[in-house]
Amino acid sequence: MHKEINVADPDGFYAKLIELHEGLSTDECLKVNAKLILMMANEIGDRSILDEMLAYLRDESRK
Amino acid sequence: MSAKYADLGQSRGAGRQARKTYPFVAPPELQTGEIRHCPVVIVGGGPIGLATAIDLDRRGFPAVILEKHDSVSDGSRAICWAKRTLEILDRLGTAERMLEKGVTWNVGKVYFGDQPDPIYTFDLLADKAQKFPAFINLQQYYAEEFLIDQLAGHEGVDMRRQNEVIGVENDPDQVTVTVNTPAGSYRLSCDYLIAADGHRSPVRSMLDLDFEGRVFEDHFLIADVRMKVDFPAERRFWFDPPFNPGNTSLLHKQADDVWRIDFQLGWDIDKEAALNEKSVDDRIRGFLGDDIDFDYEWVSLYTFQCRRMKSFVHKRVIFVGDSAHLVSPFGARGANGGIQDVDNLVWKLALILEDKAPISLLQSYDEERVYGADENILNSSRSTDFMTPKSDVSKAFRDATLELARDFAFARNFVNSGRLSVPCTLDLSALNEPDTEEFSAKQRPGSPCLDAPITGDGIESWFLNQLGDHFTGILFADANGSITNDMRVLRDQDIPVHTVVVKPVGCAAHDGDIIDQQAQLQKHYDARPGTYYLIRPDQHVAARWRSFDLTKVNKALSRATGHSS
Repeated sequence: MHKEINVADPDGFYAKLIELHEGLSTDECLKVNAKLILMMANEIGDRSILDEMLAYLRDESRK
Repeated sequence: MSAKYADLGQSRGAGRQARKTYPFVAPPELQTGEIRHCPVVIVGGGPIGLATAIDLDRRGFPAVILEKHDSVSDGSRAICWAKRTLEILDRLGTAERMLEKGVTWNVGKVYFGDQPDPIYTFDLLADKAQKFPAFINLQQYYAEEFLIDQLAGHEGVDMRRQNEVIGVENDPDQVTVTVNTPAGSYRLSCDYLIAADGHRSPVRSMLDLDFEGRVFEDHFLIADVRMKVDFPAERRFWFDPPFNPGNTSLLHKQADDVWRIDFQLGWDIDKEAALNEKSVDDRIRGFLGDDIDFDYEWVSLYTFQCRRMKSFVHKRVIFVGDSAHLVSPFGARGANGGIQDVDNLVWKLALILEDKAPISLLQSYDEERVYGADENILNSSRSTDFMTPKSDVSKAFRDATLELARDFAFARNFVNSGRLSVPCTLDLSALNEPDTEEFSAKQRPGSPCLDAPITGDGIESWFLNQLGDHFTGILFADANGSITNDMRVLRDQDIPVHTVVVKPVGCAAHDGDIIDQQAQLQKHYDARPGTYYLIRPDQHVAARWRSFDLTKVNKALSRATGHSS
C-alpha cells in the first residue's frame, strides 16, 4: 500500500470527489461511495493490498 | 424460532398429488418384550436416513430405521440435487431414476429490477464430459420414493413407520432407545445410533444438545404450482423484481410440470395473512400475469438459520444431515450436504463394526463433515447477507453492486444469489497422505474424484462407476502396464484395495482394464505412466504417487483408516 501520495493533482482530485456527492442525499452518497470503492478495489486487484487497507481501518476505526 | 419449513406448509388444490403412504407393521418386540440389540439403528426415514441404511446394508450391516410418519415428505423441499449427490446415489442405485424423472439444469440467471435481460449468467458444469449434470430438480418425495423402492433389494433393512423415538440412553458401550408406536412402546439397543431426524431432531433435544450459529430474520413463501409453460430449465433469480418490489424471488422447474417459486417477504410480516389464499394468489398472479392457468401443489412459509452442532459425534450417537447442520436454501447445500455426510460416515462405521478400524476413525467423520458444514454455512451466510442486507451501508453496497453489474463485467462476480453446492474438498484432513511428488492441485489428496467417460471391455461407461464401495487403486499405465503381484497382495489383504488399470486409447486392454476414452482422466489426474492413486470408499483421493510401492500404499491406507496419522 502506498504511504506517499500516488495521485496527480491531489487538490483537484479531492475537489472532484466532493463534487461527485453534491446534491445527493445521504443514502445516495452511500451508494455512490460503495460503487467507487468496488471500482477502485477491482482496479487495485491485489488482495494483500486490499486486506492491508481493511485491517488498518478496522483497527483504526475501533480505537 | 420457527422452523425451516413451518407447519403452516400445506398441500391444497387440484394440483396436489397423493403421496405414497406406507402401512404400520407392529414390531415383533411389542410381543416378546425383549430389548433386541442391533449394530445400527437409524432415527429418521427421510433421504438421509434411507441412504444411510442402503449404504450400511451394502457393507453387510442391515439397520433398523425408525420413522415417525407414515408417508414420504410433502412438497418440493430439497428440490435441487447436485452432481456429487447424484454420484453418491448412483453408487446406492437411485441416481439414474432421479436423472430420468428430474429436470436437468446447469445454467443460472440473475435478473435485477425490471430489466428483461439477466445481469449475470453462470454455468455450473465446467467439465461437460461427466455422467451427471451440475443439478437436477426433483421434488424430495420422489427422491424418497426411489430410495424406498431401492430397499426392495435390501431385505435386511427394517423400515419401521409410525415408530417414534421418545427416549435415548447414550451409554459408553451402547445406545438404548424407547420407541412409541400406535400399538404400544418397546425398546431397542444398538452399537451406534444415527440421528437423521431432521432440523428439529428429537434425538438432539433428548440428549440436551443444541446448535450454535446465526439465525436470519427473514421470511420466504414457497409455492409449488402446477402449470403448462415453456420457461427454460434454468435457475432464475430476481433482485427487486416488479412483482416482488424490494425483495428477491427464485424460480425452479420440477418434474410433472410443477414449478417452485420462492418469494422473499421480509421479517416484520403477518404470517397467517401471508399464507391466506388471496394473498398467495395475488403474488403468483403478479408474477405470472393473468393468462396462465395454474394449480397449487404445496404452499409453505419458511425462515432459516445457518447453524451447526459443535460436534456431530456424541459417544455412540452420530448426527447426519439437517439434525447436525442447517443452511439457507440458496446454495442447495442442505440435503446435498447431508448425502455427503452419509457417504463420509458409512464406510468408516462399517470398518469399525468389522473391527478393522479403531473407533477413533469416527473422529475423522466429525472433523471432515464439520469442515464441510462450515464451508456450506460460510457460503450460505454470505449469500444471505447479500440478499438481505442487515444495515443501510450493507444495502448500499448490495445496490451498488447490482447497478454496476449492468455496465461492468467485474461487478457481476460480486452478485451473490446463492453459491451453489460443489463437492467438498477435504483439505487438512488427517486421513490425507500429503503429496511427496510433483502433481497439479486439481485432484489433490482430499478431493472428490472427477468423473470422465471410459470404456471397459468395449462398453462405454463412466470412471466413477469403476470405483466400488471399498478402497480402489488407480494405476495409470501405458501399453505394457498391468496388475503386479504386489497389487494382488493389496487386493487380498484384510482391508482390500482393488486396483483398476487405466490405459490410453489405442492400447491393448486386459480384462478389467479401462480405456481413458477422451484422455480426460490423464488430464484431470495429471497422470503419467506409472502414476498410482489410492481412492477412499467415498471416492475422495487418499494419496497419490508417480510409481506404485506396496509399503507406501499400505502406509497411506493405514492413515486413511485411522490407524496412524
